[in-house]
Amino acid sequence: MKYYSTLIFELSKKGKRAFSMPALDVAPVEADILGSPLRSDLPLPEVSENELMRHYVNMSQGNYHIDGGFYPLGSCTMKYNPKINEDISRMHQLTDIHPLQPEETIQGTLQLLYELQKDLCTVAGMDAMTLQPAAGAHGELAGLMMIKSYHEKNREYERVKIIIPDSAHGTNPATASMVGFELVEIKSDENGLVDLDDLKKHLDEKVAGLMLTNPSTLGLFETHVREIADLVHDAGGLLYYDGANMNAIMGKARPGDMGFDVMHFNIHKTFSTPHGGGGPGAGPVGVKKILEPFLPVPRIEKEGEKYLLNGDYPDSIGKLRSFYGNYGVLLRAYAYIRSMGPDGLRESSEHAVLNANYLMNLLKDEYDLPHDLTCMHEFVLAGLKNPGDATTLDVAKRLLDYGFHPPTVYFPLIVREALMIEPTESESLQTLESFATAMKSIAKEAIESPELLKTAPSTTPTGRIDEVFAARSVILTYDDLLAFEEKQRE
Amino acid sequence: MIHRYIPKGDGEKEKMLETIGLTCMDDLFADIPDELRLKEPLDIPPAMSEIELLRHARKLGEKNSSLSTMTSFLGAGVYDHFVPLIIDHIISRSEFYTAYTPYQPEISQGTLQAIFEYQTLICRLTGMDISNASMYDGASAAAEALLIALSDKRKSDNVLISEGVHPQTLRVIRTYLHYRNVDIRVVPLKEGKTDLNAAKELVDEKTAGMLVQNPNFFGTLDDVSSFSEFCSDNKMVSVLSVDPISLALLEAPGKLGIDLVVGDGQSLGNGHNFGGPHFGFLAVKKKYMRKIPGRLVGISRDTNGKRAYVLTLQAREQHIRRHRATSNICSNMSLNALTASIYLNTLGKSGFREVASQSLSKAHYLYNGLLKTGAFQEVDSSPFFKEFRLKYNGCVGHLLRELRKRNILGGVDLGEYGHEGEILVAVTEKRTKEEMDQYIACVKEASA
Repeated sequence: MKYYSTLIFELSKKGKRAFSMPALDVAPVEADILGSPLRSDLPLPEVSENELMRHYVNMSQGNYHIDGGFYPLGSCTMKYNPKINEDISRMHQLTDIHPLQPEETIQGTLQLLYELQKDLCTVAGMDAMTLQPAAGAHGELAGLMMIKSYHEKNREYERVKIIIPDSAHGTNPATASMVGFELVEIKSDENGLVDLDDLKKHLDEKVAGLMLTNPSTLGLFETHVREIADLVHDAGGLLYYDGANMNAIMGKARPGDMGFDVMHFNIHKTFSTPHGGGGPGAGPVGVKKILEPFLPVPRIEKEGEKYLLNGDYPDSIGKLRSFYGNYGVLLRAYAYIRSMGPDGLRESSEHAVLNANYLMNLLKDEYDLPHDLTCMHEFVLAGLKNPGDATTLDVAKRLLDYGFHPPTVYFPLIVREALMIEPTESESLQTLESFATAMKSIAKEAIESPELLKTAPSTTPTGRIDEVFAARSVILTYDDLLAFEEKQRE
Repeated sequence: MIHRYIPKGDGEKEKMLETIGLTCMDDLFADIPDELRLKEPLDIPPAMSEIELLRHARKLGEKNSSLSTMTSFLGAGVYDHFVPLIIDHIISRSEFYTAYTPYQPEISQGTLQAIFEYQTLICRLTGMDISNASMYDGASAAAEALLIALSDKRKSDNVLISEGVHPQTLRVIRTYLHYRNVDIRVVPLKEGKTDLNAAKELVDEKTAGMLVQNPNFFGTLDDVSSFSEFCSDNKMVSVLSVDPISLALLEAPGKLGIDLVVGDGQSLGNGHNFGGPHFGFLAVKKKYMRKIPGRLVGISRDTNGKRAYVLTLQAREQHIRRHRATSNICSNMSLNALTASIYLNTLGKSGFREVASQSLSKAHYLYNGLLKTGAFQEVDSSPFFKEFRLKYNGCVGHLLRELRKRNILGGVDLGEYGHEGEILVAVTEKRTKEEMDQYIACVKEASA
């Protein structure tokens, strides 16, 4: 990896160009015709094509990435991004498609999406699926809106509470707020699972639903999930399944069978699509029959041999975004499911769980393991057993020097000094062992030479970055930077 | 036989199981109660090899008629602008597309710098002070912008939305706001512009903000200055949704007094992809800094004083603030925003203007050519940029089918949006005089 921080604006020289265009072949029309105030200056950079390419190649070399190394980020599921997925997502006949083309010109695309819906229903044990949500959090939004619409349809307007365990992802409570629900947070028991007694206390006629991640963010399977589902259903609420950890149980168990009424998939986690440095993802949402009328529109359906888009659902929550979803991402997921087949999907979950348990076993002597149980696809450590002065952040930064991306840190919030580790099925035994060796060696350094942790990282493109400085100086554009530098000179 | 994506050699699985004291894979799943455990394989098609899957995908592709064989005059939010080839070479780099969200800044400087440059480019185009790292799409960005306006508790009863806003955007906003009990008041268009006199009748002291799209859904230009004045007179937030390509020519909305600018970024180098993934942009004036949802990248320094990029002001976000966050948005459309940055940097100062002015010239060529056939009547007398609507003297569906026989996608039938007999036509710099002349000739034949 390499340090490069020159901004494109700093490379710009008047008169350079990186584009070519054909000459205008019709009469030119001046912008005055727009009858609107026009711009006097267009402050975009001017660079040549080769400089532009080099700029981005240099920039890219400041990035760690899954094609280059191990990424044990808990809850993020950094699995391998298969290359055939990329090729299929660039097939012109599948992708150079305008979303408003007539249905008869997009039968291949609609068939593919229809089959994907069906396969996702099968994996989830759900009855119907929408592919529209653009991300997991967007799927949560769709799901909670459907729950709210369902209760409104039944004239149960007093159902305003959403119950969420304290181990949940931050998106769960944020989504509940966005949909106008009141949030009730319930405790986890000593094993990190839902505290049934605490849950029962909150189950009344005001409950709209419960959001649950299973396996939980601690990497543990909720063994009482059926009981939880019965309790919530008996109280008149519905159950939302956060599919963030669905990659642990494909072909082994299904949210639909556990009693969940609605769920989202994180396509970019479970179905191997690339994270792209933060997106795009996709967040399909599956539902049981009772919620089907509320799915976003249009829905992709089949009538005889013909595939179509059907917007005629009066109880639908409506549209969550333009058009039909992140099709380019869904294409990759389709390719993945077809590459894996039923056995491949099951094996990927099995090996993800095997890798996690094997790695947990390798680390539990040096690191504090609060829940020493068989884990699912991930596990959470509560920092070093003998930390000295070293924090989890120090361990994470020191791992960078060993060439590894650190695990997720300080999440879930209920475990102090949390290190959340998810190896995925994509890693070999050899990689797991070298990661464990690095972790053990850091544990030793924490006692013998703690300054190595405190001053880490020392081998990365930049040293540890001052986040407080960034929050105080608020330099969010190049123009802010110029103003800041100007002020400093004064 | 083990799948090619699972790197285990012979005996390794058994060795690992033994190390952790288990005998078979099922032991790992012992916590799943027996009645919940799947006993049968999932009922999905069997695995395909690469050869089979490529063949299968090609067959599906053959059931489409794509834009590789058709000339498109479709727009309505997704436009056939040229995508410079360098873009795919850059976004195909593993370093960009297989990286995670840049939470570890020391090894994510590439993604962080790319977002920082993106934020700068969007601010320069829109004349805003702050742009986030991108949203899902233009429609959801518009909805989130209205949520910023509605976060003022004293003014959270209703919003005004111009009839010129894309019907899909309006639908998305209805979905987002339905559950917050916000009244949506639609302001009609008058002669192609938002009727601010009508808006005066709809606004009250509890109106949080107003959304206008420019150019609007029908392609015509609104009066942005009057709109922003109207909003400040009524002490509400002005939100303008824009086509970013139009900003190569038009004054930056920030200079005309607009508070928040949103839009869909598909035009900026992102392919059609059947409508997604694209991205939405959301840019705001400084006073909304604590209210903007999504990621922000700022400049900082490392322990040696070197310039470094880092996610900042994260206290607004869901992973810190949970139910008090500004939004639940967790991802951004990083790769699509990177695409937009590369697009803007490739075209640069002169190329971006060239794209806009060629689109403008060509749209007017086709508009005049179509009117001259005598088969159309003018609907909007006000100026348009690269998209326009016309009233057809015959059946629009029939005309579009005739055009399609000649591999031309002639436009959007506005009958589906309640404007019977009208057609919406978009023209980009990619269209040639020859293609437009074919369109015109075909209209003459079809209407003869």
